[in-house]
Amino acid sequence: MNEEEEIRIGVFVCRCGVNIGGVVDCDDVARYAATLPGVVCTSVNKFTCSDSGQADIQEHIRKYNLNRVVVAACTPKTHEPTFRVCCEEAGVNQYLFEFVNIRDQCSWMHIWDHEGATKKAKDLVRMGVYRAKLLEPLEESEVAVDPNAVVIGAGVAGMQAAMDLGDMGFHVYLVEKEPSIGGRMARFDKVFPTNDCSICILGPKMVEVARNENIEIMSYAEVVEVEGFVGNFEATIEHKPRYIDMDKCNGCAQCAEKCPVEVPYDFNEGFGTRGAAYVPFPQAVPLRAVIDLENCLRSEGKECKACIKACDRDAIDFSQEKRYSKVKAGVIIVAPGSVTYDPEQRNDYGYGIYDNVITTMEFERLLNAAGPTEGHVIRASDCKEPMRLGFINCVGSRDVKTNVHCSGGVCCMFNMKNAILLKEKRPEISCYIFYIDIRAPFRGYEEFYNRARDIGIRFIRGRPSEVIELENGNLVIRAEDTLKGEVRNIEVDLVVLGTGIVPHKDIEKISKMLKIPRAADGLLMEAHPKLGPVDTVLGGVFVAGGASGPKDIPFAVAQGSGAASRAARLLVTGKTKIEGITAASDESCIGCGLCVDVCPYGALTLDEKENRVMVVEAICKGCGTCAATCPVGAMEQRHFKNEQVEAQVKNLFTLA
Amino acid sequence: MEAKFEPRIVAFCCNWCSYAGADLAGVSRYQYPPGVRIVRVMCSGRVEPVFIFDAFKNGADGVIVTGCLPGDCHYVSGNLNAERRVEKTRKALEYLGLGAERLRLEWISASEGMKFAEVMRGFSEEIKELGPSPLKSQVKNE
Repeated sequence: MNEEEEIRIGVFVCRCGVNIGGVVDCDDVARYAATLPGVVCTSVNKFTCSDSGQADIQEHIRKYNLNRVVVAACTPKTHEPTFRVCCEEAGVNQYLFEFVNIRDQCSWMHIWDHEGATKKAKDLVRMGVYRAKLLEPLEESEVAVDPNAVVIGAGVAGMQAAMDLGDMGFHVYLVEKEPSIGGRMARFDKVFPTNDCSICILGPKMVEVARNENIEIMSYAEVVEVEGFVGNFEATIEHKPRYIDMDKCNGCAQCAEKCPVEVPYDFNEGFGTRGAAYVPFPQAVPLRAVIDLENCLRSEGKECKACIKACDRDAIDFSQEKRYSKVKAGVIIVAPGSVTYDPEQRNDYGYGIYDNVITTMEFERLLNAAGPTEGHVIRASDCKEPMRLGFINCVGSRDVKTNVHCSGGVCCMFNMKNAILLKEKRPEISCYIFYIDIRAPFRGYEEFYNRARDIGIRFIRGRPSEVIELENGNLVIRAEDTLKGEVRNIEVDLVVLGTGIVPHKDIEKISKMLKIPRAADGLLMEAHPKLGPVDTVLGGVFVAGGASGPKDIPFAVAQGSGAASRAARLLVTGKTKIEGITAASDESCIGCGLCVDVCPYGALTLDEKENRVMVVEAICKGCGTCAATCPVGAMEQRHFKNEQVEAQVKNLFTLA
Repeated sequence: MEAKFEPRIVAFCCNWCSYAGADLAGVSRYQYPPGVRIVRVMCSGRVEPVFIFDAFKNGADGVIVTGCLPGDCHYVSGNLNAERRVEKTRKALEYLGLGAERLRLEWISASEGMKFAEVMRGFSEEIKELGPSPLKSQVKNE
């Protein structure tokens, strides 16, 4: 900007319907703005972000030859991009636009104090105008987008995302921490509300993923580090040793049969056992064995060769070691899923103490024909078939002691489905479901609930206070039936806990690694709960499935496709723009290097010959920590220069 | 201050966590006094002591710097730099006679709208008890 150029500011005040206009006197704010130095015109709009509102801005830019635009409206977090484009189109550099937040941080904040809110809105507009005067035009740099994608987690959401991108022709690295893809869905017996066999519909999809020539499955592997930025990520992947030669193994499971070790079978929720050498489950993809060295006799120093002898393909290889690989990708889709609450930690309703109290996931495995009991539901204390069952909903959810969040209807449906499956198989069995509220929100779900009642499943509204074990192993569920208004003591043979959905332990790791904020429930936060459900605040990083809130299968699949389509926007165009807000140093630098130490990205280098720090703009993310550290003011953060921030600070309050 | 003293608070908020938390407070209509004014920076690590002194010089009764929770900083470690800087600035404020308690640091995430409003209400109450900034007689008042 030419120094002599006169500053010509336009101030646009948005009423946002009554959101702002109902509290703040917008006309008064505009009248006040007109008195501020540099302001040549003002305008008040009902909705500044609407087409007509934006046209009004552009008309004013042309009519008054504006070179700064201040919009006092909602929040830059959602609308800054809109107005930046609007200004750019009318020939004003987007960085000469200033947003003043008078809705989220003013009118909505002070809804009963109209006078105070109006006064504050004026102060905020003044801050914005003084800052706008000092803004400088910046250019966004364009960077190429690498055409590959990384998908973290190969549950049903991650698989869907990988398949969609693969079908579009992009190369996908599908990274799964478990030895097989499939996620939680592979463990379910039947899925609501149609009760189709889970693995029967998932199995073919898993095979399809493996056959897709654009998808590279990296199972038994984890993304441990991500560097770079939108379009140019580099992910470091840790490959855990499988001790199996993947090319030689054919998944025959001979090694598993001969392995002398017995450990609880995780795929069956700890029911039954597997060897230290095992094939994850019959439909696993890749269908290859894996040796869990932690439980192998060799880790105790014994020279066991059972698996080596059993394998006629010579596929066992104990010389394998953990290895790392690096892949480049333009986008990352995060789909690590979620887990169910573990009632063992608090022994909820005697779980972990009483033999006949199990979780709904465990029950699911008992129902499954491929499960530990081949589909026969029996109870642990005497291996008898239970004839009376109590299902308790909301264990580890909607509970101030453990987790106040609701599992979004997933657990209601889950318990209901298990009760229906059992009741339809054996109508003489009595099933009671204890619930707080039944949440059956989507298509076919309410009908499913009706079906449960029609076949004689008894619904008792009330959270049980306790479960008491009798000598014969039977259990008494004590609950207040809040519809009848009386305390009920119902004796059952088996109690099934409908455990809530909680964050996966890896969520925290992923959130820290990628810098995706987490919401109050501990799960990953989307960019916008309504309009950006699969975006994150990070360019090029998307989220899908249970990692961003409890979801059932159709929802997770829809999100997988959604994330893939959002990611494809970047991959298809092959380029993206990077914000112009970066650090910049000038010749007054004394080469002390303090800024180099605080830069979290290594974007600053000390040129010893010149005795001056240089900024690598492609690496700089524009946090400004270096600028705050510089003792001589040689380092600046563009768009947040000292004088720009100070102009705001100096105009915070009306001083008469 | 014989009449009602409404503290003037300057809140420096980082773009990614606490500014979004402030927005969420608004969306959820959790109220706090209008004397609180927010200045957006990309990272709490950008806040220089000079910004804080400027705020006091220009009529603030209290200053609060808010950033992402430790370990959750959008820029890895900017918030920890902010913490160090605020600690030192508090000492300087004490030395200058303004009082360390007029400057506070808080970690507020993007999902903590309620916390944002609570912190602002609480800090505003504390400042109310402390009374107007001693510098206030030096700056022109309404």
